[in-house]
Amino acid sequence: MSGASAEKRGYVLNMGPQHPSTHGVLRMEVHTDGEIVTRAIPDIGYLHRCKEKIGESETYFKFTPYTDRLDYLASMNQNHGYCVAVERLAGIEVPERAEYIRVIVAELNRIASHLVSFGTYGLDLGAFTPFLYAFREREKILDIFEQMCGARLTYAYIYIGGVMRDITPKQLGMIQEFVDYIEPKLDEYDRLLSYNQIFIKRTANVGVLSPELAIKYGVTGPVLRASGVDWDLRRDDPYSIYDRFDWKPVVGRGDVGSVGDSWDRYMVRLREIRESVKIIRQAIAQVPIGPYQAKVPPRLKPKYNEVYCRTESARGELGFYLVADGDVHPWRCKVRAPSFSNLSVIGELAPGLMIADLVAVLGSIDVVMGDVDR
Amino acid sequence: MIFNYGNVLVFAIAATLFVTVTMLVSRLLQPSVYDTEKLTSYECGMRPVGSAWVQFSIRFYLVALAFIIFDVEILFLFPWSVVFTAAGLAALVKMGIFIAILLLGLAYAWQRSDLDWVKQVMSPEEGSF
Amino acid sequence: MREYILTLTEPGQLLSGVSFGLASLLVMVASCAAVLGVIALNGMFLVWWERKVSAHMQARLGPMTTGYWHGWLQSIADGIKLLLKETIVPLLVDKPLFMLAPVVIFGSAFMAFVPIPWGEHLIVADLNIGVLYITAITSLSVIGVVMAGWASNNKWSLYGGMRSAAQIVSYEIPVGLAMVPALMASGTLSMQGIVESQAGGFWHWNLFAGGPFTLIAFVVFFIASLAEVNRAPFDLPEAESELVSGFHTEYSGMCFAFFFLAEYSEMFVVSAIASVLYLGGWQCPLGLSLIPGPLLFLAKILFLVFIQLWFRWTFPRLRVDQLMHLAWKVLTPIGFVNVFGAALWLVLI
Repeated sequence: MSGASAEKRGYVLNMGPQHPSTHGVLRMEVHTDGEIVTRAIPDIGYLHRCKEKIGESETYFKFTPYTDRLDYLASMNQNHGYCVAVERLAGIEVPERAEYIRVIVAELNRIASHLVSFGTYGLDLGAFTPFLYAFREREKILDIFEQMCGARLTYAYIYIGGVMRDITPKQLGMIQEFVDYIEPKLDEYDRLLSYNQIFIKRTANVGVLSPELAIKYGVTGPVLRASGVDWDLRRDDPYSIYDRFDWKPVVGRGDVGSVGDSWDRYMVRLREIRESVKIIRQAIAQVPIGPYQAKVPPRLKPKYNEVYCRTESARGELGFYLVADGDVHPWRCKVRAPSFSNLSVIGELAPGLMIADLVAVLGSIDVVMGDVDR
Repeated sequence: MIFNYGNVLVFAIAATLFVTVTMLVSRLLQPSVYDTEKLTSYECGMRPVGSAWVQFSIRFYLVALAFIIFDVEILFLFPWSVVFTAAGLAALVKMGIFIAILLLGLAYAWQRSDLDWVKQVMSPEEGSF
Repeated sequence: MREYILTLTEPGQLLSGVSFGLASLLVMVASCAAVLGVIALNGMFLVWWERKVSAHMQARLGPMTTGYWHGWLQSIADGIKLLLKETIVPLLVDKPLFMLAPVVIFGSAFMAFVPIPWGEHLIVADLNIGVLYITAITSLSVIGVVMAGWASNNKWSLYGGMRSAAQIVSYEIPVGLAMVPALMASGTLSMQGIVESQAGGFWHWNLFAGGPFTLIAFVVFFIASLAEVNRAPFDLPEAESELVSGFHTEYSGMCFAFFFLAEYSEMFVVSAIASVLYLGGWQCPLGLSLIPGPLLFLAKILFLVFIQLWFRWTFPRLRVDQLMHLAWKVLTPIGFVNVFGAALWLVLI
């Protein structure tokens, strides 16, 4: 079979932007021979909203709600990352109580985000039921958030210098109730999906991402940890008060296949939920009494300074690079989005996969297009 | 028997009529607003690249070939299975030999990895395809 | 059947004074109408049931408002909606084939009802080669699927159609092989004959006739028939996460409705075949005749359909190569060994 005829037999498929499993408006140009993918080129930009430019023309405070819309599944984490960056830039001390509340909501949102990832991954592989279960649990988190800040998706709850509102004992009780509730559910998920033979067949050894390749592409977060790299910014570059809690980053072990396969990426997220629960439990027990906001002038004007602040969002390293020039808005605002780097690796993983595997790999990388395009 | 197969014919006609009539009724009831965008083929929101009528993978023909062989074999199994108690042990042994030959064929196809969906395309020197 | 029609035309009967030819035609049309009714009702019921079953498996309620009682009118509302919906035929399709595909698929599902015995005399036509007829007719749907996939001039449809064709023909082999032990036990190809041979309680069912072999055959049949009708975990042709909607991506309105109707009818048909071959059809499990046969038959079918629904809402989907692997390297060899095992068992024991 000559190269020319193989070329001719080839097929170019547009996967997306309107496709059920591209998780939003990702478009992938998939070159295939009919079943095997020879090349996949992600085409992004369908959700570009000039977030960084907006960041440069709005005041520091006013940009906080915009960060919600970066990775809309983990808004709290986005708020958190941005606020930590601004606080470092302007040298603001955050009250203890606010720090605890921040950690609690950020971890809750991480759980919510991982639950969505778990559910939609099931959908990608044709299992519908886990999706509904995951959303049932996520609903409880959203209820808690609604109680705390009135919003269910885009919270703008974590503010520069603290949090928007204080947490009440009732809300703490709700959170406690939720973490008690979610843990047994995780075992249920393992029975329902993780160790299902078909599921293992579909995901084990599929799209194996080697640690070297992962590091080369700047892959972070659960995807990186699934490849066996023990790297979690909450531990390795502590921000907020993460160094006070006793927990362990989850690393892929290759339980059913090889380290760094799709199953590992999936499982790292599920196990991270347990770790987040651990953190939340400790944080609830330790929340101190005190103010929940620092005194910050509404027209914050940091002196010339630049800062790159990275935090561990639900999808990996979320970096905010801010340059202040003494004005009310930053001179430069750059977001290092975890999904963007994570997505870029798909071009390396795709060749040799089947179309169905491509969906499985894409789902296991768990990109949020709002995060990729910004 | 002719009656029975007449029934089959009537069913075939009825199915066609039913579908056609329902579609006609639906035609009369439905709105029809056309524009060129609406009438393009779906390709995930992009303009379709070329026609979809392209050559597709040869593995479909392999499956079809294997299917025909084994389907014919099952066709032979059916009448035998009806009379096999009467036909006795000799027929059983003969059928055993028949099945064994076909199993051998299956094993051969298996070993040649013709049963694999994802088959490595061999170079012409190796003489595949 | 001939005798039955002759008695109908006798004086004082329903069709007295009608000539034999006309009478048989009337009977045929009546049976057609009856089967159409069954298919339509079955489609509506199964859609509603599937939605309720899936909802309850997923900790939700499903349709609740239409018709007040658990949304029982939901499928009728859906049907009316589909009837009123615009049928969009894209410009680049091969129009005659495009319109013919639903006819072929629906026709194959519809014609498969002909030799299914509902009761002692309740059968459209007791074909002497009923089993063979059913395998032939149900596999006609492959042609419709390929037609739909090809005519749509859409890459997803073509993929879906070709895959579906490969899948259905591959699973034809295990299905056929898994039928053979039942035929051996019953010694006939007529569906009515098979049911009659299983009279007198569940211990006479073909399921237990050949020791372990018929049991295995039943399981193989059930798994392979799931693939035959494109149900999960073998619903690759319409694997929406990869192929959008498979071969019916471009179909809308009533054309789509027929694919849907055919799918649910096929689910019903394969369950009916399974219960005829292995579960005694309309025979009572306890050998009594308290409950009417058709009801028992329906109960058995719905039980098997329920298992299909259960599978669908529990399992992830297989990948296409794993699907082929299962068909050719697992189920087919098992089927062969099984046929021989069952033959030995029936001859020697």
